[in-house]
Amino acid sequence: MVGIVGWGAYVPCYRIKAETIARQWGGDPESVRKGLLLEEKTVPGMDEDTITISVAAARDAIERAGIAPHEIGAVYIGSESHPYAVKPSGTVLIDALGIGPHVHVADYEFACKAGTEAMFVAYSLVKAGQMKYALGIGADTSQGAPGDALEYTASAGGAAFIMGDDKVVAEIQATYSYTSDTPDFWRKELEHYPQHAGRFTGEPAYFRHVLAAARGILEQSGHQPQDFAYAVFHMPNGKFPLKAAKTLGFTREQMEEGLLVTTMGNTYSGSSPTGLAAILDVARPGDLILLVSFGSGAGSDAFVFQTTDHLPALQDKAPKIRTLLERNRRYLDYGQYAKFRRKIIFNSPV
Amino acid sequence: MKSAQYIREVPQRYRLEAGKCTGCGKLHFPPRLVCDGCGSREFEAATLPRQGTLLTWTVIHAAPPQFSLETPYVVGIVELDGGVRLTCQVADCDPEELAVGAPVELVFRRIKEDNAADIIQYGYKAVLRRE
Repeated sequence: MVGIVGWGAYVPCYRIKAETIARQWGGDPESVRKGLLLEEKTVPGMDEDTITISVAAARDAIERAGIAPHEIGAVYIGSESHPYAVKPSGTVLIDALGIGPHVHVADYEFACKAGTEAMFVAYSLVKAGQMKYALGIGADTSQGAPGDALEYTASAGGAAFIMGDDKVVAEIQATYSYTSDTPDFWRKELEHYPQHAGRFTGEPAYFRHVLAAARGILEQSGHQPQDFAYAVFHMPNGKFPLKAAKTLGFTREQMEEGLLVTTMGNTYSGSSPTGLAAILDVARPGDLILLVSFGSGAGSDAFVFQTTDHLPALQDKAPKIRTLLERNRRYLDYGQYAKFRRKIIFNSPV
Repeated sequence: MKSAQYIREVPQRYRLEAGKCTGCGKLHFPPRLVCDGCGSREFEAATLPRQGTLLTWTVIHAAPPQFSLETPYVVGIVELDGGVRLTCQVADCDPEELAVGAPVELVFRRIKEDNAADIIQYGYKAVLRRE
């Protein structure tokens, strides 16, 4: 049996309300809240980035797994906001957590689904017998251009999953991917903010790929939507995952636990992985979980997990993601937010 | 910061590795070449716990250029479980929330960049333990 043996998730303590952003740009706060089903989003501290978020999440994953860091044979971080254009994020993490130097490390990118790529490869290496444990992480500190619709949702956070074949808490029963060349969202080298194709990001991009991956894995695994205790889909806003769920025949109850977007925002590569962490925090043994990510460009990775008797003992060994979302929320006004996210031009050296 | 200096300090700044004197057992953080307890030059690495308490702190309003955007910020002295004391920033808090003896833990954060093109220097900061 191969699957998750430890998990951890992290969000920064800073927040900005959707209402604050709407007021800045002359938008109607109520229509933003209702249109996106979003109250507020996380903002990284000035001393936080994809690496520090990954370290925090991975530290808790190692704590839950109860393994020695150097037993991990591979570390993959998926993100679209790696702090360096050239220099890996993973090398900092393996030295911070004592995993290295005898370890395979790579950074992944694929818009919002880089995290599930990292999980997929980590799982595949363990399944192939190449190593005892492998760590897959999805984390981001993404930016939307000032005044752009993305600014309401682009947030910060991440989740880490250690794959192994001993004391598995959530067995991976099936995986499925659906990918095509679909230019719905992109950022070119040296561009600060991403571009997107507006409404094209919906049906031809998000829904086409998420629904196809979900239908593919349901057919492959022989499961029906009602077999699942929980489902989590990539959460670019509150509306898209709920619409995808309804189309496929999943209920609001199956979605509720993993639906962090309303108070977290879209953590990009950390989005559906963080939702999975929230589900593992509360699931009971034997529960079936469906995860479907989405990354613009575009593609979806789907996983079917089944939890085991080992799960409950690990749930309280590290902070739960919903606790982190509730604890020590520190609200920013738009000026502070612009400073935190370096949306304004400063003189050197900062 | 020069890369050569940076990687020398990685074990202490990233993983809290102290130098434990093999002669008398005294812990030194940051590690040093000669033990000030017994004069030995033999050390082994010992990883310090990340939990501790806040002994004292001050609020920085006039900061060096690399930290000027962060003002006002807190710098404190933390006593880690086991007794080793170190100086670091205390992040994610208002000074009004702090108290002598407050439980803290060390987290991994960006510390500074000497300029926008330079390497990012990572290390430890303290945050209040909010159970």
